[in-house]
Amino acid sequence: MSATPPRRMEPPVIPVAEPFWAATRERRLVVQWCLECDRPVFYPRENCPLCLSTNLEWRDCSGEGSLYSFTVNHLSGNPTGAEGPFPVAIVELAEGFRMMSNVVNCPLEHLEVDMALRVTWEELSDGRNYPLFEPAGGTA
Amino acid sequence: MIDQALRDAGLSIKDVDGVCHAGSSMQLAEYLGVHPRFTDSTMTGGSSFEVHVEHAAAAIAAGLADVVISVYASTPRGDRARAGTGGGGRRGGPPPGMGPNPGLEWEMPAGIRLPMGAYALAATRHMAKYGTTAEQLAQIAVSTREWATMNPKARYQSPITIDDVLNSPMQSSPLHLLDCCLVTDGAGAFVMTSAERAKSLAKAPAYVLGVGTCHDHSMISQMPDLTTTAGTVSGPAAFSMAGIKAGDVDLLMGYDSFTITALLHLEDLGFCGKGEGGPFAEDGRLGPGGSLPMNTNGGGLSYTHPGMYGMFLLVEAVRQLRGECGQRQVPGAEIAVAHGSGGVLSCMSTVVLGAEAALS
Ligand SMILES: [Zn+2]
Repeated sequence: MSATPPRRMEPPVIPVAEPFWAATRERRLVVQWCLECDRPVFYPRENCPLCLSTNLEWRDCSGEGSLYSFTVNHLSGNPTGAEGPFPVAIVELAEGFRMMSNVVNCPLEHLEVDMALRVTWEELSDGRNYPLFEPAGGTA
Repeated sequence: MIDQALRDAGLSIKDVDGVCHAGSSMQLAEYLGVHPRFTDSTMTGGSSFEVHVEHAAAAIAAGLADVVISVYASTPRGDRARAGTGGGGRRGGPPPGMGPNPGLEWEMPAGIRLPMGAYALAATRHMAKYGTTAEQLAQIAVSTREWATMNPKARYQSPITIDDVLNSPMQSSPLHLLDCCLVTDGAGAFVMTSAERAKSLAKAPAYVLGVGTCHDHSMISQMPDLTTTAGTVSGPAAFSMAGIKAGDVDLLMGYDSFTITALLHLEDLGFCGKGEGGPFAEDGRLGPGGSLPMNTNGGGLSYTHPGMYGMFLLVEAVRQLRGECGQRQVPGAEIAVAHGSGGVLSCMSTVVLGAEAALS
């Protein structure tokens, strides 16, 4: 019940994820890639969770994806700073990994599983940007 | 609670040489003055106690222990009242343990409310992929409440309708308030020993016929498939060990933190096909008089849910196999399955229990 609207909870940075967050300063979405398995690794790790290789590199993502699932949170204590009910999403990226985020610029009634999404960004207090997703064709 | 369980079994604390606890078995043993030669602090959330049964059975079979206890007690409701808040103390993310909790970096900033939001994500995907309806999910809450009307210890005992569920406040879509478990105080304990020793004790034993466990993620965003749980591994493993099929089960105690949780168990344990949980639950077959009695104590949805509910699955299964359940007794129950779910649909652990008659 504070007088000022709540800000988004800002994610901490574990050392292995520093390149991910550094790229967000340029509004680039990157992902670790296992060169042994030829597949993405997310969230960032020291080792590939399939083969335990450390032969990983960072690659740029297209920023395109689809809505794997979502829930509209009606509860109080909103840590995203949004007003009222807001959608929490798991987004399936075109590169073949999933991340949790929010869908923005989309009326709640237009949310649909498997709808096409693209990344957009919200500035954090330290110059990083938080990856959000919006309908691929722009505002729905 | 432990004293009651031991007396129920006709044993005393002096007989105990194995201790399980979903926190610190060392603390528990010290408190009780037990110096156990088998110890297990396995903590997999709500399924911890099914895992304890599995481990205790293996330990007893291997000669590591003769009498093993596990106990659970939690007072979230009382704590909340004492704190004078309307909540906010719910656990925020996967349990810490190994370095930084990745949920803080990769989930919590999106504002997911845990654990509820995780189950809501599973429900949304299931509804989109298989056509499961809010009414079908609600029917699980309705059938479970029908059982609760016959359990004088249940927190909620008045019948409800599908409309009651659908008209209850939306929490994290598509889950309404009545799709969600309670927050109550509660406690339970079990005592395990060898089948041979159990024969001479105070009560008819429930035999552990089969066990199985599997977990496939910790954070919900890492779950391989939001509509399929690791119960597809733990269930068949337990059923195979017990030499049973789904059709042999007289009672399913299926962890119901949310209606979707129970629906996924029906599919993943093979009571119906993948995606068919909605229609399967629809005709009320899970309620009194139905073909698959489920959660006869009233479940986490209506009886009790102090946070890690798996202990109560075991307690009710044993009571049913002993014929101690009065009005809600499943006639002639010989095989009961307690299927625990811990974390956010993360760790599934299945225990098949049988009455004496199931051994032949
Ligand atoms: Zn690899």
